Amino acid sequence: MTELATIIKVGIAEWDIVKAPNLIRTSGLGSCVGVVLYDDRQGMAGLAHIMLPDSAMAKHDPFPVGKYADTAVMELYRQMVQQGAGKYNVKAKLAGGAQMFQFQAANDMMRIGSRNINAIREQLQTLRIPIVAEDIGGTKGRTIEFDPGTMRLNIRTVHKGVIDI
Amino acid sequence: MNAFKPLTDNQLDVVKEIGNIGAGHAATAMSQLLNRKVDMFVPSVRQVSLEEMTEIAGDKETEIASVFLRITGELPGSMFYILPPQQASHYLTLLTGAEMGTLEELAGSEMAVSTLLELGNILSGSYLSALADFTGLTIQPTVPSLAIDMAGAIIGDGLLEISQFSDYAIVIDTLFSEGSTAMNTPVKGHVLLLPDPVSYDTLFNVLGVSHND
Repeated sequence: MTELATIIKVGIAEWDIVKAPNLIRTSGLGSCVGVVLYDDRQGMAGLAHIMLPDSAMAKHDPFPVGKYADTAVMELYRQMVQQGAGKYNVKAKLAGGAQMFQFQAANDMMRIGSRNINAIREQLQTLRIPIVAEDIGGTKGRTIEFDPGTMRLNIRTVHKGVIDI
Repeated sequence: MNAFKPLTDNQLDVVKEIGNIGAGHAATAMSQLLNRKVDMFVPSVRQVSLEEMTEIAGDKETEIASVFLRITGELPGSMFYILPPQQASHYLTLLTGAEMGTLEELAGSEMAVSTLLELGNILSGSYLSALADFTGLTIQPTVPSLAIDMAGAIIGDGLLEISQFSDYAIVIDTLFSEGSTAMNTPVKGHVLLLPDPVSYDTLFNVLGVSHND
């Protein structure tokens, strides 16, 4: 039986979970980081479009858990396990964390890409989730799409074409 | 802390007037610089989610040239000056005589980059000094920076400050286009002013608008 694949779109500071044959996608990652967690046995994948490294930065409450690296990774993992992902079979792929603006004066917010990456790595390590592949840093925006059927993360960059990791 | 509170009609009018004054001055400065008639439209003031904000210049993957700067002083906020690719090249041709084809060429040219930054500088400088005169507040723009890339990625990065406070932004969006004499394509750019949430208290105080009416 043929099932028609749907592409689930994840907005900024949001997260979602899909199962094959559906795809999951987020557009326009700058310093934001797209974290994909997946379980290849279940054909399940979650994606979070993370903006900031630490929920301690939040000056509003409640805030969306998908906005901050610590809360987003934790919640995504928890929800996937709840939906049947193997606790010890979740792996990660990352993309994003660029620096879009180059000539900025000293400002913490301008190094946020690398801070996001570090915070995500830390959180993944705490949860013992291995990073299988990543395409991070640089100065270009990215649009990413993950296929939980093949576990490929497709990354589109302006002027630099498309790669699969 | 800062629960999101929609602005009243009265407050919206005040904010819109801020945009009008700023954009009016910016249009004059731009017209003089380009030696062309530049039309600024009546600004729209919208309260949008961060997600809607990243789509304000069209699809998130649309390529744009954008100058971004932070506003410091008594009215902190962010400012974007957004140009579609064709318009950016057109302005460059007007200002430097150089023909730029693609945005990629443009991004690689030092002269193109500094010309666009200067255009952003002049535009934001006149916008903000009009705002400072009107409100009596001290406002300084930071050094502008330029990015040529996907709209979603660029605008998302400019929202980082605001996103710590809120999932919504209030945006004063002014469209501009060149007068009919120049090109017949109705290409438009945006000037976006996004005051930080803390700036609204200051703004309404100095302008004598109640927060609660």
